[in-house]
Amino acid sequence: MAEIVLDKVTKRYADGALAVSDVNIEIADGEFVILVGPSGCGKSTTLNMIAGLEDITGGELRIGGVRMNEKAPKDRDIAMVFQSYALYPHMTVRENMAFPLRLAKVDNATVTRKVEEAAAILDLKAHLDRKPANLSGGQRQRVAMGRAIVRSPKAFLMDEPLSNLDAKLRGQMRTSVSRLQKQLGTTTVYVTHDQTEAMTLGDRVVVLRGGLVQQIGAPQFLYDHPANLFVAGFIGAPAMNFLPATLENGSLSTPLGTVALTDRVRRAAEAADAPREVIMGVRPEHFEDASLVDAAALDRGASFDAQVEVLESMGAEKFAYFSVEGGEAHASDLADLAADAGSAGVPDTGSQVVTRLSAASAVAEGQPAKFWFDTDKVQLFDPASGANLTYSAD
Amino acid sequence: MSQTTEAARPATTHRAKPVLSEGKRAERRLGLLLCAPAAIVMLAVTGWPIIYSVWLSLQRYDLRFPDKQEFVGLANYGTVLSNGYWWTAFGTTALITVVSVAIELVLGMALALIMHRTLVGRGLVRTVSLIPYGIVTVVAAFSWKFAWTPDTGYLAKLVGPDTAVLTEKLPALSAIILAEVWKTTPFMALLLMAGLALVPDDLLKAASMDGAGPWQRFTKVMLPVMKPAILVALLFRTLDAFRIFDNIFILTGGSQGTGSVSMQTYDNLIRGLNLGIGSTMSVLIFIAVAIVAFVFIKVFGTAAPGSDPGRR
Repeated sequence: MAEIVLDKVTKRYADGALAVSDVNIEIADGEFVILVGPSGCGKSTTLNMIAGLEDITGGELRIGGVRMNEKAPKDRDIAMVFQSYALYPHMTVRENMAFPLRLAKVDNATVTRKVEEAAAILDLKAHLDRKPANLSGGQRQRVAMGRAIVRSPKAFLMDEPLSNLDAKLRGQMRTSVSRLQKQLGTTTVYVTHDQTEAMTLGDRVVVLRGGLVQQIGAPQFLYDHPANLFVAGFIGAPAMNFLPATLENGSLSTPLGTVALTDRVRRAAEAADAPREVIMGVRPEHFEDASLVDAAALDRGASFDAQVEVLESMGAEKFAYFSVEGGEAHASDLADLAADAGSAGVPDTGSQVVTRLSAASAVAEGQPAKFWFDTDKVQLFDPASGANLTYSAD
Repeated sequence: MSQTTEAARPATTHRAKPVLSEGKRAERRLGLLLCAPAAIVMLAVTGWPIIYSVWLSLQRYDLRFPDKQEFVGLANYGTVLSNGYWWTAFGTTALITVVSVAIELVLGMALALIMHRTLVGRGLVRTVSLIPYGIVTVVAAFSWKFAWTPDTGYLAKLVGPDTAVLTEKLPALSAIILAEVWKTTPFMALLLMAGLALVPDDLLKAASMDGAGPWQRFTKVMLPVMKPAILVALLFRTLDAFRIFDNIFILTGGSQGTGSVSMQTYDNLIRGLNLGIGSTMSVLIFIAVAIVAFVFIKVFGTAAPGSDPGRR
């Protein structure tokens, strides 16, 4: 076990393409860190550089305080789980899991014991003599995990290990990965583009975009205090709502009406020297059906009327969707997010707003309703730089 | 479509075999019709000669004594199989086959790895390496012969002024094997390269993470995963090598005990005009080749070309 330090690590390919730029991450011993971002953001490249499968162009990688840039993967003492599982098709489950130990010339008795232990942890005892081709997706995934844990490496690297599983199994495996990591206490770097995995698994999340680190922090911190539009839009499902807004005389005119700024927001915006035109971000859960909000709260927030277009009742909560006039928020961060979500080409009239309401709400599809939102929870972003103007570290 | 299936369904209840719908039957008929020309040509050009040579092999039939033609059953087989010359030729053929295929496998694998790893000018590298395979065997054999000719050949000069390589058994066999290897290694490499493409990159990455060096990755991951492709390549080359003829015919003419079974068949059938014995030999070659193929497919589990790759 060891800490992993990426010190100004850069990857530039022979054709000049910059995949990862100046990444600084310090991963503590035993920590579970998630690298997350849209495809092509450099998260897998970063992982491969830690693994030694790709050379580091610039900067330094240290594992346990020792420079690793020039070491071969086998000399780094780290194990990796691949998205494709990369199980050896000609070996049984037992041989697959024993493979790293055999290469390390561990004696037979120890190999048998370690494989049995790992199989017991991963509930694979019944399948030890089967070939990967005869296993289900979930079982293969567990064998891949088993092959990683048998030799008690300094760190685990996982490259989207659950993305080939169906949704239900993915949920189960997510909790078992988390439990396994806590049980073993091994430093883990986990790459994913699934933001549920990012939110639930890691001690800290690193959001990458275009090879640049956008923000590093605990999942809840990133959710509550995104450093910029990109992080705000990437973390959270359904995503944060973004609306164009104009700041004037301590109030904010938005497509949802003119809103008085709360002290916190005003102070932060002044401190950040906010421009006149900004983008307002509101999380879906900061909306509520106005009829369910008590009078004191009504005064603290802002209310507006809208026609509910789609209502999704999830049982414990309701999602109400409506469009607002007044145009869409535009920023390069948002364009990137739309491209990642695959909605870049979808025609959109005005801005779509998602709200999460209590199950008790009586709003109905196709009917007008009165909504309320908490103005103190509003975040303001600079459309040019994407920076969060209301960002605070506490 | 769905209507015809509906109509056909009642019929299936009181018949043992499910009756095909009219659409399916028409499709099957069309399929057979489309296959028919190719199947007929195949039968005419391969099926008939095989049957005819089996028929000839059961007769005493020497063109020098056409009057004495008669059906003799398996007597020809007895004659050939109890003959020392046949077994010498068989041994020589087996030796050439085993040695040349083994060398081709090693060199072909090296060549395949080089071609697989080549990043620049991949097309050029592949084309260049295939040149020997593209040259007509007889032409190549003549150039080897000239190269080995004492006094004038450049290879003969290389080995020394007083040696005539093609006139001694072992050197001549080596020259024959060299010519074979030179010519068919590219083919082997091509087949093996297709096998290399079967090895996923992730698997090799996983092996290096597991602590395998380059040699271990090659022997413990690449080779086992490529096994089906290697076996197919070996099967093709073994069948081909066992029928070696051109190189021996040109280089030594079968002298100094370098004759293969194909050479001996040619000598009996074409030169000796003995259709019965010659046909017997060609049928024996056919059987030997069939046994090799059978062993490869049934014992080593080679996926027969064209069969479902999922069943291994």
